Amino acid sequence: MIGIGHYVVVSAILFVLGVLGIFLNRKNVIIILMAIELILLAVNLNFVAFSAHRHDLVGQIFAMFVLTVAAGEAAIGLAILVIYFRGRGTIAVDDVNRMKG
Amino acid sequence: MIQAIAFYLFATLMIFSGAVTILARNPVHSVLWLILAFFNAAGLMVLAGAEFIAMLLVIVYVGAVAVLFLFVVMMLDIDFSELRAGFIRNAPLGVVLAVVLFVELFVGILVRSAGGLDISQAPGAGAVPDGLSNTAAIGALLYTHYLFEFEAAGMILLVAMIGAIVLTHRQRSDTRGQNVSHQVARRPEDATVNVKPEIGKGVTL
Repeated sequence: MIGIGHYVVVSAILFVLGVLGIFLNRKNVIIILMAIELILLAVNLNFVAFSAHRHDLVGQIFAMFVLTVAAGEAAIGLAILVIYFRGRGTIAVDDVNRMKG
Repeated sequence: MIQAIAFYLFATLMIFSGAVTILARNPVHSVLWLILAFFNAAGLMVLAGAEFIAMLLVIVYVGAVAVLFLFVVMMLDIDFSELRAGFIRNAPLGVVLAVVLFVELFVGILVRSAGGLDISQAPGAGAVPDGLSNTAAIGALLYTHYLFEFEAAGMILLVAMIGAIVLTHRQRSDTRGQNVSHQVARRPEDATVNVKPEIGKGVTL
């Protein structure tokens, strides 16, 4: 029988895959953004699973807000990527030190 | 039984496509695998009875975010093989971190299934009402208790949209755009002259 534990394990695996993706593709910022989307997807899956488990809709409402923020983050991230590419001609981000932060 | 088969199908496909997303050589393939991962996550959410969020996931992610990714990947002229140079060098640290993270999460799940802490309480405003579909119940909750949060989410999207436009917009000097007010303000008497030249002399323009 499928329970909440199965859902939590699946989203844990997906979350770890997202973190691993950030580490493996340190240079390629497009893949890093996709890995962040994977992480947020895992979080959303957890929210929905617990919402169904506890018969409480607030989890699904919150998953919607996570979705909103993820969409905004993707839009802004890709816009920054485009202007970075325009200025440098590459998107290798492992040596980004323009702002000397 | 059929639920278990569907669950394992969706879960396996989602994890597999998530893995290929981060491992694929070509970012275009990555985006396509990401779309498959989102589809399967939507399937898992439908199985859990959350149709609305599942459909939202398909519409927002597959319809908007993935297409945005695809557009950017294809628009930028990037040498992707050069970007993969550090792949092997970064692998050990990443794998160690991933294993540690997963073990931690898994231990948490194991402890919970052995009878964890009981921090539950009776659901408050979010209790699922009887006789309403998932979408109707979410609407009834979202537009009453969470109205201001909902509008704040709209504000976030507006700011993201304006921010993306402001960031990527640039004034180019090498293009000759249409100046509408200039065109409308032009009068025949400024633009043309009537002359009566002598025959054989021609005109100067």
